[in-house]
Amino acid sequence: MAEALLTARTPARRTVGRAPRSREAKLRLAGVIVLHLVIIVGAIAMFFPFLWTIITSITPGASLTTTPALIPKNPSLGAYQRLFVERPFGQVILNSFLLAVITTAVQLVTSSTAAYAFSRLPFRGQNVVFGVYLATMMIPLQVLIVPLFVELKAFGLLDTYLGALLPTFATAFGIFLLRQAINQVPRELDEAATIDGAGHFRIFTGIILPNIRPAIATLVVFAFMGSWNSFLWPLVVLRSPELQTLPIALAGLQGQYTSQWDVIMAGSVVSVLPMLALYVFAQKYVIQGVASSGIK
Amino acid sequence: MSVSVAQTALLDKEPQFRHAIPTRDGRTARNRARYTFTVLAFLLPSAIPLLLFVLGPMVAAAWVSLHKWNLLAPMQWVGLGNYAKLLTDPITGDVFVHTIYYIAGYLPLVYFGGLALALALNTALKGRSILRGIYFLPVVTSWIVVALVWRWLLSPTSGIVNTVLAAVGIHGPGWWTDPHWAMPAIIVASSWKDLGFVMVILLAGLQAIPTELYDASKVDGAGWWRRLFSVTLPLLSPSTFFVIVISLINGFQVFDQVYAMTGGGPNGASEVVVQQIYDLTFRYGRAGEASALSWMLFAVVLAVTVIQVRGQRRWVTYG
Repeated sequence: MAEALLTARTPARRTVGRAPRSREAKLRLAGVIVLHLVIIVGAIAMFFPFLWTIITSITPGASLTTTPALIPKNPSLGAYQRLFVERPFGQVILNSFLLAVITTAVQLVTSSTAAYAFSRLPFRGQNVVFGVYLATMMIPLQVLIVPLFVELKAFGLLDTYLGALLPTFATAFGIFLLRQAINQVPRELDEAATIDGAGHFRIFTGIILPNIRPAIATLVVFAFMGSWNSFLWPLVVLRSPELQTLPIALAGLQGQYTSQWDVIMAGSVVSVLPMLALYVFAQKYVIQGVASSGIK
Repeated sequence: MSVSVAQTALLDKEPQFRHAIPTRDGRTARNRARYTFTVLAFLLPSAIPLLLFVLGPMVAAAWVSLHKWNLLAPMQWVGLGNYAKLLTDPITGDVFVHTIYYIAGYLPLVYFGGLALALALNTALKGRSILRGIYFLPVVTSWIVVALVWRWLLSPTSGIVNTVLAAVGIHGPGWWTDPHWAMPAIIVASSWKDLGFVMVILLAGLQAIPTELYDASKVDGAGWWRRLFSVTLPLLSPSTFFVIVISLINGFQVFDQVYAMTGGGPNGASEVVVQQIYDLTFRYGRAGEASALSWMLFAVVLAVTVIQVRGQRRWVTYG
């Protein structure tokens, strides 16, 4: 196995010129095949539930009591049609998208600036302040909901997007993630820029941000996902049907189409696909970002 | 780029930020004020929302924890009565034990699985972008769907898992219908779902490791295992630290999967802390006790995190 991973780590192009007949090369080939096999079998296990969701969504009148057929008898997109015609899923997806984009954009700013402060701007009591930041993750949302509701009611922000958005503007998760990434950036880079006369803002935008692109792309995925899937808070704060977000609409489906699993699963597919697309896009960006930024 | 650079990078374990403190001779008070302004400019954008919308409600919850309150009638002062009540209630101990059992099973599975996955998918595998996407799928799928699928996979009579076990002569357990196997079923499903999360974080960490270090250690004749332990793992340690701290914080707050898979059953065998908090607040209208239990959970999570932060200097390497 060690040999297998060793081989795989070597970029393929480097092995092109090598003599293919040696014993070592054969062993490497075997290792690569085994690695591929393990990874692909694992991927099938990961993919299976999603495949099952898709199949159920195109099987009219699907029920969960029987083992689903891998090839549905009368496949139909009727469930999807019902989502967008009978239910306002177009509007709901747009709402969720808007909230997720704003949350992600704001979190990128608040997380990266705070992360820079904790990594590069020492001040008295820094560890305590960082500890307080981390502590904000340690109390379950279920118990904060009631005080938060009372607070936003006092601000007159109930049933508004601003009320839904404000508590998502800063997360210790994002700050901690980016702080760890900035801590990995060699300090020699800052020092060189300081000698060139750059201030903290210049170092932050010119040196730090380009060097933590993989972490930023990761944060984009998780910030978007957090907003896209968030259920409890939007449920409590948003009342008007036209403001509804996707997870709440999905939960509504479960109430209304109790035994019609094709509709419920179609809703689930519709909610997963945009996240998957974002992740694949972000992954490409991570790889390109690292390849072109010339980190040393 | 030589080996010496690789070695320096690894030996430099202490964070060296002292150079940035503007206290050297000749610096004026004005410089200091400017530095304070810089720190505030970088911190306030996050500090204000956290203070208003998380810390504020946390303090309010602490206040509520000293009262008897059903969310509707006025609050009634009981002092530390809620805490005393919880400490003498055997259910409190049970839900903490179940939660810790969950973490003890989940954390090693998800960490080592995610690490192996990240290492494998950081290689020149064909189609790795698609593979990464597939391994990430469960992370974005809602627990409602995941729980349905796993309940079906682990169904005691007709599930695939027990069918396969029976084929090799093992009589499979009752999984979520058996008090002894309900929690292992939740652990397996949770690890399966979160593998992609750990993979993504560790992949980003792996991408940030300079390739020169690998080239240098290859010149030295280091094999794959040697490079793993001398280059990859030390340089990945900030990401590892992040994954472990976050997984523990989230692990203590495990709720969605329990709610969706077993509802805490059978017979309360898989009931966890946050579920108890949820039930106390929204089912029984005992918001004071729920807040007290939340603060007890907070104290435990905080203690565990402080121990980790204190211990990080021994094994976490920063650049």
